[in-house]
Amino acid sequence: MEFVRRHPIFAALSALFVLAIGTLVGAAVIWSAFSEQIKAILDDQFYFSVILSLVLFGLIMGAVAYSILLERKISAWVQDRYGPNRVGPYGVLQPIADGLKFLLKEDVIPANVDKSLFLVAPWMIFIVGLVGFAVIPWGGAFRWPWMDADAPPLVAQVASVDIGLLYILAVSSMGVYGVVLGGWSSNNKYSFYGAMRAAAQMLSYEIPLGMAVLVAILSTGMLRLEQMTEYQAQHGWLVMYHPIAALILFITALAEANRMPFDLAESEQELIGGYHTEYSAMKLAMFFLAEYAHMITSSALIVCLYFGGTHVPGWHWLNTSESAAAMLARMGVMGAKVFLFICLYMLVRWTLPRFRYDQLMRLAWKSLVPLTMALVVIQVLIVYFDAWRWWALIGNAALLLVGAVFSVASGRRITGRQHSLRRAQGELMAYR
Amino acid sequence: MSAASDIRGFDEREQSVAAPRLPEGGAPRNWRETDVIRVDQPELTMSERLYLPQIFGGMKTTLRHMFRKKLRDETVVQYPEQKRVLRKENYRGVHRLNRDEQGRVACVACFMCETACPAHCIHIEGADSPWPDREKYPIRFDIDELRCIYCGMCEEACPVDAIELTPEYHLVGASREEMIFDKEKLLMVFDRTKDDKPRKSPPITGYP
Repeated sequence: MEFVRRHPIFAALSALFVLAIGTLVGAAVIWSAFSEQIKAILDDQFYFSVILSLVLFGLIMGAVAYSILLERKISAWVQDRYGPNRVGPYGVLQPIADGLKFLLKEDVIPANVDKSLFLVAPWMIFIVGLVGFAVIPWGGAFRWPWMDADAPPLVAQVASVDIGLLYILAVSSMGVYGVVLGGWSSNNKYSFYGAMRAAAQMLSYEIPLGMAVLVAILSTGMLRLEQMTEYQAQHGWLVMYHPIAALILFITALAEANRMPFDLAESEQELIGGYHTEYSAMKLAMFFLAEYAHMITSSALIVCLYFGGTHVPGWHWLNTSESAAAMLARMGVMGAKVFLFICLYMLVRWTLPRFRYDQLMRLAWKSLVPLTMALVVIQVLIVYFDAWRWWALIGNAALLLVGAVFSVASGRRITGRQHSLRRAQGELMAYR
Repeated sequence: MSAASDIRGFDEREQSVAAPRLPEGGAPRNWRETDVIRVDQPELTMSERLYLPQIFGGMKTTLRHMFRKKLRDETVVQYPEQKRVLRKENYRGVHRLNRDEQGRVACVACFMCETACPAHCIHIEGADSPWPDREKYPIRFDIDELRCIYCGMCEEACPVDAIELTPEYHLVGASREEMIFDKEKLLMVFDRTKDDKPRKSPPITGYP
């Protein structure tokens, strides 16, 4: 007893062990009693999709909670700190404590808000952040071990639709709706400024985002995400042909998720909290959950479009195998790639300062949009003349060269603030 | 009322205020040409305008810090278990009211600290001293520790070195009232901290 009192972790572990054994035994009992019915449900694509969406929802909510912990850890490591390490070993229970805190806090609804919109906004952005998962091909086609070898395979994807990519684009651009609603209904100038900034920013970055996606569509000639990853498994990842487009997709995804160099909508120094200034407790938490869910969706999209999805170079059998184990392994590969991208997102956040608003707009309209336009033209020419695929990479290099020459030839341009400073100085001289 | 109508109202109010006009022939010049130092803003170089080389440079720095566990272990102080070593001589923590050699309050109620205090957090009530070596002594001496900005001006102003700041920084309380330290409490702080930081030897005032 003394030992257990000194080391409560052993008590917790043994309780977990008993719980796990109990779950396994219970699952075995249920399986032996209802195996036929369960198999019938699992064999049907519709019911399997429903179950998969529930499982994915749970997994992704867990991943979102733990990515908040990961963000805090990475920020701490970057700044030579430890990060949360008090709740549980290495702080692993911190998300649970955070969730409890958010649930138990007082949920303030200010007096003069537009109440219905105020209540709808966090759900809006939260749901929009989650529904994008439906068309991400997490595992590809597979058969259960008990199925016949010639039976039609199931697809480990909630909805395998022809317009998967268009669906993601349509849904992800709805994300700004929640932000604008939240900022508008709060009846607070700072919230409103944040919402307006978000709207203008999303409009600007939607264009290069759409064009970077268009490059991938033109390269593969498909709109189904699973077929696009299959194309990349056969011909090599698209990032090798279009590195600039992949980079631009990453940058615009940062902007669409309102992540750090582009988080002007919630810049604390200027706007207190931006569009979520007036929110508290669980509604505030939902804005954060939505942001992280958006991050996971956009990383999954980038992975599918440019980084081969479930494909691992040299392991082609993993993509062609139709066993359930291979499906799980493909899910693991996808998850690992998404995890790497999320780490990159976080590292970028803790490295870069925020853009000024004019820099933000200049970056979108003066560099990203022309660059993606040129990339689309290159890819269109390649598709039209049915040319050698690697011309794309050569075109990318040429584009960089042209850009460099252009920027040298146009002289040392100065940024907007310096320009206005010049003008102010000129006016001052004239004034004297 | 929605946010937009509010903002529109704000703009109208702004516009109704007439913009200040400069006088004819320019404002009177009350500065010399040599007073003005013109600083040219640095122009962005090629790599700065491309953003990416700079961004990768920054990422290199953050990645380097991220994987340097040794630096982390050396830097971090795990607060309740470990504590930083303070410079006790000049750390500006909670105040104390010193006692003299006979255990009496050393303050002579001269109101210098109250006058010097920029936050107006010291309140003294003086009375005729029962002791022959000084004229007055404080019957009340309150410091609002929440109002105090811990600048140490009271310490400098005190002619008899009766008020001092201690290295104590664990200043907590459950209410605002209990954060107003009275004479007894301030003397208790002295009793608590006199071994840690002995009282400065008070200046010889020449008083009988």
